[in-house]
Amino acid sequence: MTPNLDQAHQHEHDQQAVPPDPALRVKALESLLVEKGLVDRAALDTLVDAYEHKIGPRNGARVVARAWSDPAYKRRLLSDADAAIAEMGYGGLQGEHMVAVENSAKVHNLVVCTLCSCYPWPVLGLPPVWYKSAPYRSRAVIDPRGVLREFGLELSEDVEVRVWDSTAELRYLVLPERPTGTEGMSEEALAALVTRDAMVGVSKVSVSKAGSGA
Amino acid sequence: MNGIHDMGGMHGMGPIVEEKNEPVFHHEWEGRIFAMNRAMGAWRKWNLDASRHSRELIPAAEYLRMSYYERWVTGLVELIVQSGLTTGAEIESGVPTEGSAKAVPPLTVDKAVALVAKGVPASRNVNLTPRLQVGQRVRARNIHPVRHTRLPRYARGKFGTIDRDHGVFVFPDTNAHFLGENAQHVYSVRFASRELWGDQAAPQDSVYVDMWEDYLEPA
Repeated sequence: MTPNLDQAHQHEHDQQAVPPDPALRVKALESLLVEKGLVDRAALDTLVDAYEHKIGPRNGARVVARAWSDPAYKRRLLSDADAAIAEMGYGGLQGEHMVAVENSAKVHNLVVCTLCSCYPWPVLGLPPVWYKSAPYRSRAVIDPRGVLREFGLELSEDVEVRVWDSTAELRYLVLPERPTGTEGMSEEALAALVTRDAMVGVSKVSVSKAGSGA
Repeated sequence: MNGIHDMGGMHGMGPIVEEKNEPVFHHEWEGRIFAMNRAMGAWRKWNLDASRHSRELIPAAEYLRMSYYERWVTGLVELIVQSGLTTGAEIESGVPTEGSAKAVPPLTVDKAVALVAKGVPASRNVNLTPRLQVGQRVRARNIHPVRHTRLPRYARGKFGTIDRDHGVFVFPDTNAHFLGENAQHVYSVRFASRELWGDQAAPQDSVYVDMWEDYLEPA
């Protein structure tokens, strides 16, 4: 009998510290929680579907396009973002307390969450990997101009950069500058120009970069 | 806690990599663990702050190795075992303890729809006189709590100005440890980038940090 073989084998695994496959781990966890009656699988499907298919940066783009087209709406957005965003039918989880900050020729706003990955879900959807990554979280506050350069945006020295670190429950939406050459465009056409990155503040809206979704 | 999660101002994390046409979830399991975190939260055995803290407690080397959603797996397992919703043995085996009663999930489809649409406000409608005023010069306290805090290290001991008063919110430092909501004013505090980082920063740049009243003192 060699009763310790299994243990020895297990020990070897521990030493290698192979991370368990998260797909298998999550599948096992879900079936356990369902079997215990702790979660309803259909509710999980509903949540996944909401963020995969219904909630995303198109919502924020419509808010921005409206603010560009309607000066009274823009004033409401900048003074009471919760109410103005709710007017467009958006709000909810991780957007309970919204603040909109306006970019101009002289001021550029950039949003980060250095402590985790707080992000305004109702208007931008779930954050992209780069927003949640250590490189962005660490450097956005100490070197915002270098970070923007990595995104291809070179700001002139006379522009004032304001970085918003989402350390509390406020969630920030950047109102980008309306690009020139868009006079007379419909709200719908304007919304198609607005990118997620511009609403985080890592890029500007331009007529040529339309519709990439990024 | 002075953990790896508190990254503001660190160097050496590498370049920012932007993925074009990035999917919402890269793998099916990411969506499932995202949803399970919401659904298990509906048991109200913990709160948002406790859930953040569960991920901050992941050892630093592991935290950096893990993807965002892997941290959510580890954090959720920690919370459900600690709160007694499942046992460690059940997590190991993947099956309920023999003879254990079957519960009724609190988060149904209807409630999931309502949760997404309404959220969970962290503000509290109580009339508290703010101790600090817009325009006032303040100093972030130089404190190093070993438990959960939302006061980032890079701002501690630094001077800034109250830019706006956001109203009254639950205080994470106590709420994360079930020591009470301790609701208080949250302010947006403007720090000149040069106050935080010295002369390497552009003179007109600034960082706005949202801070609870207990993080601040008049300067």
